[in-house]
Amino acid sequence: MSATYSVTTRTKSSSIAVLLAVLSVAVLIAAPGFAARGTIQDLFFILTMLTLAQFWNLLAGYGGLVSVGQQAFVGLGAYALYGAVILGGIDPVMSILVAGVAALLLAVPTGFFAFRLHGAYFAIGTWVIAEVVRLSVAQWRSVGGGTGTSLPREALREMVLVDWIQELFGVRSSAARDILAYWIALALAVGTITGIYWLLRSKRGLALSAVRDNIEAAQSVGVDAGRMRWLVFLTSAFGTGLAGGLIYLQKARISPDAAFSVTDWTAYVIFIVVIGGIGTIEGPILGVLIFFLLQNLLADYGSWYLMILGLIGIGVMLFAPRGLWGLISEKTGLQLFPVRRRLVGGQLTNKEG
Amino acid sequence: MPVLSLNHVSMSFGSLTVTDDVSFEVPAGEALGIIGPNGAGKSTLFNLITGNLTPDAGQIHFQGHDVTRVPAMRRCLDGVGRSFQIPQPFDKLTVFENLLVAATHGRARSEAEVMEDCARVLERTGLMPKANAPAGSLSLLERKRLELARAMATAPKLLLLDEIAGGLTEGECQSLVQTIREIHAEGVTIIWIEHVLHALTSVVERLLVLDFGRVIGIGDPAEIMESREVQEIYLGIEV
Repeated sequence: MSATYSVTTRTKSSSIAVLLAVLSVAVLIAAPGFAARGTIQDLFFILTMLTLAQFWNLLAGYGGLVSVGQQAFVGLGAYALYGAVILGGIDPVMSILVAGVAALLLAVPTGFFAFRLHGAYFAIGTWVIAEVVRLSVAQWRSVGGGTGTSLPREALREMVLVDWIQELFGVRSSAARDILAYWIALALAVGTITGIYWLLRSKRGLALSAVRDNIEAAQSVGVDAGRMRWLVFLTSAFGTGLAGGLIYLQKARISPDAAFSVTDWTAYVIFIVVIGGIGTIEGPILGVLIFFLLQNLLADYGSWYLMILGLIGIGVMLFAPRGLWGLISEKTGLQLFPVRRRLVGGQLTNKEG
Repeated sequence: MPVLSLNHVSMSFGSLTVTDDVSFEVPAGEALGIIGPNGAGKSTLFNLITGNLTPDAGQIHFQGHDVTRVPAMRRCLDGVGRSFQIPQPFDKLTVFENLLVAATHGRARSEAEVMEDCARVLERTGLMPKANAPAGSLSLLERKRLELARAMATAPKLLLLDEIAGGLTEGECQSLVQTIREIHAEGVTIIWIEHVLHALTSVVERLLVLDFGRVIGIGDPAEIMESREVQEIYLGIEV
């Protein structure tokens, strides 16, 4: 009876997916060499929204923490970057790290209060905290108070690597800055997806899924549920802060209302994850592409645009609760980032073939 | 030294006393059955032993250490395993992954170290054919078996079973009892809450009767079942 078993996560499609992923990343790295500036800006938008969506998905889809207050970390990260550049004279690119650390620090007291709440109350709690942060930042005079401010021209001109990019592609300084921001966004998105994928395949990822499915049972089999929640909450805050800093570095202009916008940094992000497929890595990738297409198609329709987004969101929730990727995955068995551990060998040899 | 001892343990929810001054000891290697009418406080007693609840008064010792205020995940690492009355599988994980969580976290080991152990638990609980199926797709019997298997994967010294035979057919019940008997024979101490009395009495060496949160009898199963108090209170027979 005792035969040897082994565990695998590989699927037929996953090896092809790795190849495709490497290829797409290579094309994306080279994109500034052949794509127009407008395209680079669009790709920047897609990549930063993808990063925000992956972190929200980690929180809500894997950690069961439905936050409606991610704009707190985007906004505070962005303002920390402006503070570091304007007041500290730090290079804007290096200041992105300051943005991440500031968001991480904000996450500690936020988690302390918000973890006392559950479900819908947690969601509302995080939103309220984000509003408090927005109102506090609006009092910060040296970065423009309620009206906002811009990044100083000198700081932008002297940014690292900009000269080198100007020479490499023969472009003007402003276009070179877009290319630099785009490359950082690409690195951040790829790093985020790789990091989350690694986490989910680790022992901790297994515990995280157990906590999501049933917290009481998870604790009864030795999972430290509290630690898992802190882990995903702090990680998401740090990553969201980095993305926030980067987004406003590229915009070069900030105001509290824009940086702490619940629509831009949480509602759209939730839409992306929900229509793409919550609880999967593939979902947000598909979701952000659909979101980008819809935004371009409906750009001329004003408020109709938001209503149509809402209707699509409701439609997907009703008819495909696991999102479009869930639907595709169910029909085809396709998994690009497989995390399911399958037991093979032993008694299972004959059946699994 | 007893594996588990409860010393004047009490627990109330508001004005309702659910565990009332409960004291008993369980020697290593024993199988103890717990019976009592619905609402007698049996599951609450389990939650106090596993650390899902903290008592208002009294002490709980596990292997000689005071664990009264030790949280559930810590007690699991020390060797307390449990099944839930209503099966609580990790729905979206596979059966094998359910065991893997328990084995890696309940014993602080790596996945590679516990993989073979999980496979063995799957074999002995008859769940191997379902190893790679999502736990949410299992039948009631399979869910009950998964509860047992997941508790076993934590390598418990003390195994708490909460109505694991309830709702099963006679045949299903027999094969589950056989598995439990084998686990007990290996030296695992068992405390088992059960309404299916013939299943319970075929395994346990002592019976404890709980009513309104109080221990009203503990001892040899045959004597307990014939005692006047049990017949009156538990079986509702006028003697």
